[in-house]
Amino acid sequence: MVTGKGEKIIEINNLQKSFGTFVALRGVSLNVRKGERIVICGPSGSGKSTLIRCINRLEVPDSGSIVVDGVALSDDVKAIEGIRRQVGMVFQQFNLFPHLTVLENCTLAQIWVAKRSQKAAEETAQHYLERVHIPEQMHKYPGQLSGGQQQRVAIARALCMEPKVMLYDEPTSALDPEMIAEVLDVMVEFAESGMTTVCVTHEMGFARKVADCMIFMDEGKIVEASDPNTFFTKPKSERTKLFLNQILEH
Amino acid sequence: MVGLGQVFLLWLRENLFFSWRNGVLSVVVGGFLLWIIFLLGDWFFLSATWSGGIEDCRMRQDGACWPFVRVRFSQFVYGFYPSVERWRVNVVMFVFFTGIALLVWERTPWRGKIVLFMLCVFPLASWFLMRGGFFGLADVSTGRWGGFMLTLVLASVGIVTSLPFGILLALGRRAESLPFVKAFCVVFIEFWRGVPVITVLFATAFMLPLFMPASVNFDQLLRAMVGFILFSSAYMAEVVRGGLEGLQRGQYEASDALGMTYWQSRIRVILPQALKIMIPGILLTFIGLFKDTTLVLIIGLLDFLGMIQAGISDPRWGAPNVPFTGYAFAAVVYFCFCYSMSLYARHIEKKFSAGRDRRH
Amino acid sequence: MSEAVDHPYRERRGVLRGLWASRKGRGLIYQVLLFSVLLLLILILVSNAFYNMEQRGLKAGFGFLNRTAGFGIVQSLVSYEETSTYGRAFVVALLNTILVASIGVVLATMLGFVIGVMRLSPNWMIARIATIYVETFRNIPLLLQILFWYVAILKPLPAPIDLFQQGESFFLSFNNRGLVFATPLPQAGFSLVLWALSLAVLASIAWSWYARRRQLQKGDQLPVLWPCLAGIVGLPFAVFLLLGLPLDFVPPVMARFTYEGGSTVVIEFFALLWALVIYTAAFIADIVRAGIQGIPYGQSEAAYSLGLKRTQTLKLVTIPQALRIIIPPLTSQYLNLTKNSSLAAAIAYPDLVSVFAGTALSQTGRAIEIMFMTLSVYLSLSLLTSLAMNIYQRRTQLVER
Repeated sequence: MVTGKGEKIIEINNLQKSFGTFVALRGVSLNVRKGERIVICGPSGSGKSTLIRCINRLEVPDSGSIVVDGVALSDDVKAIEGIRRQVGMVFQQFNLFPHLTVLENCTLAQIWVAKRSQKAAEETAQHYLERVHIPEQMHKYPGQLSGGQQQRVAIARALCMEPKVMLYDEPTSALDPEMIAEVLDVMVEFAESGMTTVCVTHEMGFARKVADCMIFMDEGKIVEASDPNTFFTKPKSERTKLFLNQILEH
Repeated sequence: MVGLGQVFLLWLRENLFFSWRNGVLSVVVGGFLLWIIFLLGDWFFLSATWSGGIEDCRMRQDGACWPFVRVRFSQFVYGFYPSVERWRVNVVMFVFFTGIALLVWERTPWRGKIVLFMLCVFPLASWFLMRGGFFGLADVSTGRWGGFMLTLVLASVGIVTSLPFGILLALGRRAESLPFVKAFCVVFIEFWRGVPVITVLFATAFMLPLFMPASVNFDQLLRAMVGFILFSSAYMAEVVRGGLEGLQRGQYEASDALGMTYWQSRIRVILPQALKIMIPGILLTFIGLFKDTTLVLIIGLLDFLGMIQAGISDPRWGAPNVPFTGYAFAAVVYFCFCYSMSLYARHIEKKFSAGRDRRH
Repeated sequence: MSEAVDHPYRERRGVLRGLWASRKGRGLIYQVLLFSVLLLLILILVSNAFYNMEQRGLKAGFGFLNRTAGFGIVQSLVSYEETSTYGRAFVVALLNTILVASIGVVLATMLGFVIGVMRLSPNWMIARIATIYVETFRNIPLLLQILFWYVAILKPLPAPIDLFQQGESFFLSFNNRGLVFATPLPQAGFSLVLWALSLAVLASIAWSWYARRRQLQKGDQLPVLWPCLAGIVGLPFAVFLLLGLPLDFVPPVMARFTYEGGSTVVIEFFALLWALVIYTAAFIADIVRAGIQGIPYGQSEAAYSLGLKRTQTLKLVTIPQALRIIIPPLTSQYLNLTKNSSLAAAIAYPDLVSVFAGTALSQTGRAIEIMFMTLSVYLSLSLLTSLAMNIYQRRTQLVER
């Protein structure tokens, strides 16, 4: 659906998912190429979160296929674990482990999944914590940090696994306004360094700055997919226009 | 629109057969459950002896022996209370259950007054009515009380007296400026909560006579009641403390700022709110207390379970199906009381938490 | 209120009124009042007790502990005869309480965790069954349950189940008296087996230490659990076999009314244990459910999205957090189980309350000393537990801003 250069890293084909009688995804197809930065937006309940949660199989789709980095997602536990290792995810509610220090949050998966030595894991963690600008908070617990700091730790935690793709699921929605900027700055920095990124967000400033491709979803379908310039200046669909008006008014 | 049948099928698929392993599990477990239900139903109803006496039970041993319950039913309820005087117990029980029903129904007028009546007037009035010995009412010594009536008496005495004591103890435990009062309350609460209920009953049964002047003679029931009051006050105090701590600081500060005295602020502002939050906790304590009343059987009082136990050990009723029947009957009665109380507690809790959510 | 106004007011109304007018003074009055009432009460009670004991010809003191008890106890973990002292009877009874409580705690924890996890099962049927279990067993008085298992189920147990019967003697039997089994009698060389066991334990500790060190340095994970288990079980067993089974058994023999030789665990033990486990597990299941539900699902999702396996997620993320919620109420259930084991008195299992506060008390009439000893046992246990819990909670409290 989306054109671009480079090899495909995520191929989603005709994805369908419903929760009970509520249909979240009604046949969504999407390709993501290496180094591409995609921003997905849409009203709540439009299926955008479900879509990216399907990519690392936190949700199991009813039908359709997903291929990540050449591996098709199925019930095979090994394949799922392999893919989750290649795909980093940042959640709306941070989901840091409150019983571990910031450093331990970052080294946990490195030690147990990537089988790195503790020393190597700590070095990597330190490196990424510096890049999200909070190396001094290393030995504190998540509960002692502000929301913005927690979300930056969550980003560092995901990056420590050196993933090929980063997924952001509304990373700034649970933050106080004054903390949104510090998180977005970090996200822009990593997106511009060439990391493949799929981000669900309503932060249009961020989208304008980094997106290669904008996607608008509504009622479980992709309504519009275009480059940011077209998307913001002359959107094709009425629904997109309406949504953009509502969002940009604020 | 989806049809009802379709919804049901969807429900089945999502809750029982969402994977083949769970499908098998559901079928096996469901089958096992049905089998158990069938066995129990058969034993208690289909193959049970319904009429006649013990001889009929002995003849048909693969089912329950209901004549045991029928013949001894009045003993299970009244103990050895003289049968001509049982109307007094009936009056008390009628008022008791009517009062409860009125309180549970939310649109009853004057609920506050009914609560006061049930907590203050009713217990004393019913004590004198059942005890008798005045106005031509025959004297019925507490030694003849027994069965379900005794269970209710013990449980009610526990709950009614434990509330005021529990409130005082909890307030005392939180009185930081009165170190001696606080220390006393802490020691009292932790002592009675730390020892088994049965040892409390043993202690009051064996030690009270030692500590009392020789002229004072406590009967068995009174001694058990003292034990009940002691430990139920301690348990209640912890519930009240939880309620007091659950209240926002602002309530204390606001009532202080209005110039209220300690007791004014506790009685007018703090306790009315805290008691409301505590109702579920109080009910849970009451369930525990209600179950603990059975322990008096160990010190020789015949409460409801005691009466049934006495019936089971009665050699005239010796048949292999009698114990099972008796205990099952007792279990159903206790279960109904305790479970309905816990359902009510949950209902109240939900109601309050919903109210709290709306305010935010 | 200024000092100038306050003073004449105080002097006019007297010292007590003045005290009553200030918050501090009022507190003081309350405290003095409570203190004097308590003192008076204690004085009255103590003088009554002295008078009553004098009347009955009793002397206070613990001297009776050295006197011969003169009653038998059906089950004792240490040797006990009718000629043993009351002090010995206390020890035997205490050990019986500890036996039923400690086994009960282990079994109730296992059953409670299983039921608690079942309640959270996505399978409706499984979750329902667990809920029915919890609601049924915690709403029926424990004493009724004990009596039910004892009188209705275990006592009428039919013919004994004997294993390895040889004529009149057998190896193991379960019947309505209890579990009767051959007493193991270690022979020469058996101590080597114990040495092998301790060696295996030490080796396991060393191995897990080495595995941890290697993981820190090189990053690869060596298997720990299975090799250690194999070592701890296998090594002593191998030594045992090599030495040619240095263990003899004294089998019980059917006498006219009792068994001679062998060891017995009385049926009352099983009735009490079973009822305690079933009852307490219902409460533990609810605690476990609440503990697991107290962890947001996002925690597991975050762990999965980092590539952690299900078992790793449970071990590293979910369980450590759930345990913080579960352990404090769980220990209070352990305490309840221990206290509830005193219901043994109803079916005459020889625990602390039924032997010591029951038989010994009625034989000696020393209510004060015996109740004091019995209550102190339970009280010190609950004080120690709550002390440990306070320390635990302080150490594991999640750090917040």
